[in-house]
Amino acid sequence: MSGYLLNRVAQALFVLWAAFTISFVLLQAMPGDAILIKFQNPDLGLTAQQVAEIRASYAVDSSVLVQYARTIGKFVAGDFGYSVQAGVPVASLLAAHLPATLKLAALGFLLAAVLATAIAFLSSLAPFAWLRGALQSVPSLFISIPTFWLGIMLIQLFSFRLKLVPVINPGPWQELILPVATLAVPISAPLAQVLVRNIDEVLTRPFVAVARAKGATRLWVLWRHVAKNALLPTLTIAGVLFGELIAGAVVTETVFGLNGIGGLTERAVGSQDTAVLQAIVVLSALAFVIINLTVDLLYPVLDPRLRTKTGAVA
Amino acid sequence: MTVIPAPITPVLEVEDLSIAYRDGSGERRAVHDVSFRIDPGEVVALVGESGSGKTTTAQSLIGLLAQNGRVERGSIRLNGTDIARWTDRQLDTVRGARISLVPQDPGSSLNPVKTIGSQLGEIFRIHTKLRSDEIEARVLSLLARVGLSEPALRARQYPHELSGGMRQRVLIAIAIALKPQLIIADEPTSALDVTVQKRILDLIDELRAEYGTAVLLVTHDLGVAADRADRIVVLKDGRIQEQGATGAILAAPRSPYTKQLLSDAPSFSAPPRLAAVRPPVAHVPDDIVVVDGLAREFVREAGGPPLRAVDDLSFRVRRGTTHAIVGESGSGKTTTIRSIVGFDRPTAGRIEIDGTDVSRLTGEGLRQFRRKVQLVYQNPYGSLDPRQNVLQIVTEPLANFPGFSRSDREEKARAILARVGLPEEALGRRPHALSGGQRQRVAIARALVLDPQLVVLDEAVSALDVSVQARILDLLDELQSELGLTYLFVSHDLAVVRQISDTVSVLKDGRLVDGGTVSEVFENPRSDYTRELINAIPGRKRRAAA
Repeated sequence: MSGYLLNRVAQALFVLWAAFTISFVLLQAMPGDAILIKFQNPDLGLTAQQVAEIRASYAVDSSVLVQYARTIGKFVAGDFGYSVQAGVPVASLLAAHLPATLKLAALGFLLAAVLATAIAFLSSLAPFAWLRGALQSVPSLFISIPTFWLGIMLIQLFSFRLKLVPVINPGPWQELILPVATLAVPISAPLAQVLVRNIDEVLTRPFVAVARAKGATRLWVLWRHVAKNALLPTLTIAGVLFGELIAGAVVTETVFGLNGIGGLTERAVGSQDTAVLQAIVVLSALAFVIINLTVDLLYPVLDPRLRTKTGAVA
Repeated sequence: MTVIPAPITPVLEVEDLSIAYRDGSGERRAVHDVSFRIDPGEVVALVGESGSGKTTTAQSLIGLLAQNGRVERGSIRLNGTDIARWTDRQLDTVRGARISLVPQDPGSSLNPVKTIGSQLGEIFRIHTKLRSDEIEARVLSLLARVGLSEPALRARQYPHELSGGMRQRVLIAIAIALKPQLIIADEPTSALDVTVQKRILDLIDELRAEYGTAVLLVTHDLGVAADRADRIVVLKDGRIQEQGATGAILAAPRSPYTKQLLSDAPSFSAPPRLAAVRPPVAHVPDDIVVVDGLAREFVREAGGPPLRAVDDLSFRVRRGTTHAIVGESGSGKTTTIRSIVGFDRPTAGRIEIDGTDVSRLTGEGLRQFRRKVQLVYQNPYGSLDPRQNVLQIVTEPLANFPGFSRSDREEKARAILARVGLPEEALGRRPHALSGGQRQRVAIARALVLDPQLVVLDEAVSALDVSVQARILDLLDELQSELGLTYLFVSHDLAVVRQISDTVSVLKDGRLVDGGTVSEVFENPRSDYTRELINAIPGRKRRAAA
């Protein structure tokens, strides 16, 4: 087990390093940089000499390899550098923007899971074929809706038409209702699809017939025998979907004007604020790696077949 | 068995039962006007091959037909009450309590993520209002009753920690938990080793006698039915061919189909089909296979001493004969043949095939060697590429060796396919459009197209219905005498082995426990294990009577 754990942690570290390196190379390859964008503005009236001095102070003119080594060293030590645009340490920018995104992502994911489970189990219990068909086509509908369009539509409907959710000065939770719904819908779709398929597959297994032969009702069988077996493979998908969640959060925050990592990313891209972008990429990779590591470690806990080797020999 | 006087209400009475399945184009009837009865405490066997409707009939009795299945007409009377049109809700009160099920495959019939104890206790939670400590006590006594050691430990274990035989005991415990009047046993032992199979059937018998439960035994194996049932119902294509007392049916079958089944069933037919035909073996010893001191160890993942899958195994096979390797799961027979065909390297020992030392071969030498030795696998469904048609499947091995033009390959493939008895029009079909027997013919043709000298048949007929199996065995027989092939026949089925082999090696836990000619081993087994295997062959009652 400890060997397995070490192996997984090593893999995780490799993924982090690769994410850092690839993003570093890509950001370096971009023409222009944040300093030129900020200080070459004619309104500032800086001379070429002065710009060169500023560039030297940020050490952007040293060779790529030196910069790479220096940046990675700092990252390992927990120093993400300075944002050229905002003029503050990247770490404090992240600290200011992270909570909003975490709240959005966590709630969005939770709602997605609830939606997916509801669709899957209701469709499996549906007494009529047409209802079952209708429920099962919901995921395909959900997945084909673009996030930005859904966000705008939700605002139109709930805020402007129905006036259920205020647009101006909403409360801290009120302001999350629509973004969370926007984020959850496209993520719930693949989850629901996988879950529906797993439930169908588990229902054909002989142990389900045995449970029915014991006199168990459909609901009993679904809840006590099928649910856990069907959820197991879904866990992997849930880990993978986290990437979707981050991408969705960027668009959602922009549409709803939320002050989170998504908004920060958008502004950093606009101003080519490399240090901020680099930190966001590494942060996302870290979150991704942690989630997937958790999923892997969770499997043996949920599935007894995976823990035989570590358990006591019977 | 006991003769039951007429006025007794049967436990189950099926009358003119017809069942249809809906498919894309409409309804297809799978069971036609089936009628039979089961009296209290009686064992009735429903015998038939795949597609005979025996499982469909059994499923309908307990209301567990597949979603697209429907009882068209007829009645299913349980103690006089017709339950054929009951709703699920009504059936839930009967299932488990008055009719229970022992399923076919113990491997997949228990929920992998729940403990044995909770799955057995569940039936009490569904039907009774017992407290949980009472349920636990019942669970433990039931587990002990079905012959499981350490019931308290078993109750906490998960299905994968138990062997197939133990799992089937758990499923039997579930089936008898509420002392139902009828147990439907759907091929309860076909997934188990022969010796385990016998013990499980003995257990069902014993519990039936103890509780007075009637049993409907669904089986493809006439031998099992002959040993265990009071009455036999023979089904074919969803219609009853004949039914009656076991003794009467076996002694004087009336329908041609039953006669055919009886003559095809290896456990009934007279011993060796070959010995009489085969010319005496040449005096000069000409051994095509020499296995000497073969051993194969596997390193255990959990540490500890390595696992010896095969231990000091030696045997020889004469050219042109059939040698059987017999053993139950875990006996090392698969490891042995993997070494012989060069898929696996032995830890120690020597394997010589036609003068070549297989364990020394590498790369190109090994590839050329494969021409001489070909494999036919157990599962004719899994061993053929579903995307290739028959002709492509059979020509493919030739493409791996130079010297055959495209037309050569096709010509050779067509000839061999004709030889194994596949009709011309089957050549363009894909495997899914073929029957099980046809698929196995394709697999045999693919093995023979390279003109091998040794063909390894790994449980090659075990998955087939008896009548199909008999035709394939006939074919193998003909091919052997025509082409001078040598067969290495791996099987757990001693009845088949006795029919077609010249010599036998019996393996247990990786060691050779018995070996020699078929008549030596079957008439004078040296080891207790071989005796046990022979005693476990179903159909003994009938053989003893004959």
